Amino acid sequence: MAHSGINVLFSGSNFDRLLVGLWTSIWIAALSIIIGLLIGTIFGVLRTMPNKIIRCILRVYMEIFRILPSVVLLYLVYYILPRSLHINWPGTWMAVLAFSLWVAAEFSDIVRGALQSVPLAQKESGLALGLSKMQLFLYVLLPQAFKLELPATINLATRVIKTTSILMLISVMDVINVGQQIIEANNQKFPTGVFWVYGLIFFFYFILDYPLSVWAKSLMAKQK
Amino acid sequence: MDWTIIQQALPAYGHGFVLTVWLSLVGIIGSIIVGVIASLLQYFKTPILSQIATAYVELARNTPLLIQLFFLYYAFPVIGWRMSSITAGIIGLIFLGGGYMAEGFTGGFQGVTDSQINSGEALGMNRFQLARYVVFPQGFALSMPALAANVIFLIKETSIFTVIAIPELTNTALDLIGMYYRSNEYLLMLVIGYAIIMIPVILLLNWLERKVRYGAFGD
Amino acid sequence: MTEEILKVEHLNKFYGDWQALHDISFNLKKGEVLAILGPSGSGKSTLLRTLNGLENYKNGEIVFHGKKVQPSPKEWQAIRQKIGMVFQSYDLFPNLTVMQNILLAPTKVQKRDRAEVEQEAHHLLKRVNMDQYADTYPRELSGGQQQRVAIVRTLAMKPEVILLDEITASLDPEMVRGIEDIVKKLSENDHMTMILVTHQMNFAKRVADQVLFLEKGRIIEKTPCEQFFTEPQSERAQQFLTDMDF
Repeated sequence: MAHSGINVLFSGSNFDRLLVGLWTSIWIAALSIIIGLLIGTIFGVLRTMPNKIIRCILRVYMEIFRILPSVVLLYLVYYILPRSLHINWPGTWMAVLAFSLWVAAEFSDIVRGALQSVPLAQKESGLALGLSKMQLFLYVLLPQAFKLELPATINLATRVIKTTSILMLISVMDVINVGQQIIEANNQKFPTGVFWVYGLIFFFYFILDYPLSVWAKSLMAKQK
Repeated sequence: MDWTIIQQALPAYGHGFVLTVWLSLVGIIGSIIVGVIASLLQYFKTPILSQIATAYVELARNTPLLIQLFFLYYAFPVIGWRMSSITAGIIGLIFLGGGYMAEGFTGGFQGVTDSQINSGEALGMNRFQLARYVVFPQGFALSMPALAANVIFLIKETSIFTVIAIPELTNTALDLIGMYYRSNEYLLMLVIGYAIIMIPVILLLNWLERKVRYGAFGD
Repeated sequence: MTEEILKVEHLNKFYGDWQALHDISFNLKKGEVLAILGPSGSGKSTLLRTLNGLENYKNGEIVFHGKKVQPSPKEWQAIRQKIGMVFQSYDLFPNLTVMQNILLAPTKVQKRDRAEVEQEAHHLLKRVNMDQYADTYPRELSGGQQQRVAIVRTLAMKPEVILLDEITASLDPEMVRGIEDIVKKLSENDHMTMILVTHQMNFAKRVADQVLFLEKGRIIEKTPCEQFFTEPQSERAQQFLTDMDF
């Protein structure tokens, strides 16, 4: 009985449609991670600077994202952008915006922590060579910080990938939304199709995230 | 901002708030229990059971809660396992959280230094005594930061319950926005609702982390 | 008349209410090697770090080549290209190879031609027997080897003065001699102007021309090296040398 449902995956263009949906999730995650890491690096560096006001603002920014669930963040962007700011973007862009801001907040904290754990002596020996502040960050502090923070960054990436599952809430045609459509369309013919479609999506997410978390874990074991 | 709208929505938010808190509590306690069991199975390398525990931890950590919930709530009835949305939510959250907690505890056990283990062995402790008196007390203390992060994470994950229509905070807000087409007031109340839960929790966890650390290592 | 390269006048430094340096004045001639000696906590390292702008000071003047140094980060950044510093813990950058460590400042700060600096770096590395390690990362080197690289890294900037802050203090005794030899040769062959802080009296005696004896943040005496170790002027210095078994 249940095994007949597997056919739903391969009837018509269903499998291809699921892959297209998956690709949407992947590029939204990838783009958000890239943008978020860039902004987060700048915020993280600023959070190690002496200026108290900037530090305080960025701290509050980070804490807001720590308090709010990503679903809520996504809906804030989804409703505020068009209704209060009259910006009408497609759902995919709004998702990239929400996720990027979230990644930036989390990454700023990772960068700050890593920068602070680079020994002070490294900073001084850079200064003693006449490096400017910018050069010091670019060639000495940030490369060392990135190495320290790589496992945490990979873990953040796995969370972003998992969080793309909420894209369906704002009607983005992601892998889950496509899956639901396929399930509804084939409910009569394949009543157990739901099992296979969600099973496949479960598997998709697992093969995206599992290698990354294994990588992060092995890096962490090496750092010990 | 229309204050009458906020006033009228207060009772609904009150219910959502209570439900979010209650589901979080049950989920966190269940996750800690499952996490402890799974991490112990992994620590003692119990044959077969430890492999199952490892497979479970990896599956739970590397898949989204949303799809776990869809499986429980929409796919399981097809093979005859029917459950209420609340039951599905709690099982899903514990499945997810148990994996995260287990990983945190295992990390804590592994963080206990070799010199501590060696000095226990030098005192003639066997494997279980070593675990009972050295690895677990220090390991749980070391896993406190991970535990704290998981608690915060799990509370926020209850917002995903909206996809199976559990009327917690997020679902309440989305319902009201859908019905009355007022987003500013309802979103503000939603944000404040989470702030009321999260800020005390974060402060409490910070305090607890310091206390446990001081109790175990004196610094 | 040899040229005066660095002059310190009435320098005072505070940490909060506590005064770390009291009215420090001395000068340094081109090619001179000055050893700053004194008991622990006498302010030797603080003084050295002040001369590289790593510590600020409340009042007094640092004059470099007859020009008063403005205590601003920008000015110090420029001066540091002329006043190099080597530290006790070497502090090579772990993310860069030996060669990259050496090239970084000359190419990025001084914007010199990369090929030319690289050639020079090889030459300098050969002088300290480290050329075969050019592409090695610091973590694969011993402390003594790292310190040799750190000295080369500073030399590659073509500084006019080098500050040496306890550069042999973290090293195995058998490595110390090699580092001392390098410093000695820098003085004899290259007439490099240097200020060194050390706890090792032998090191100071071997390489220094002048000794600045410091106690509790005050200069007690400034004496030619040979005289300092045979007949120091102050009682405190005599006591210090006795305590050091000298």
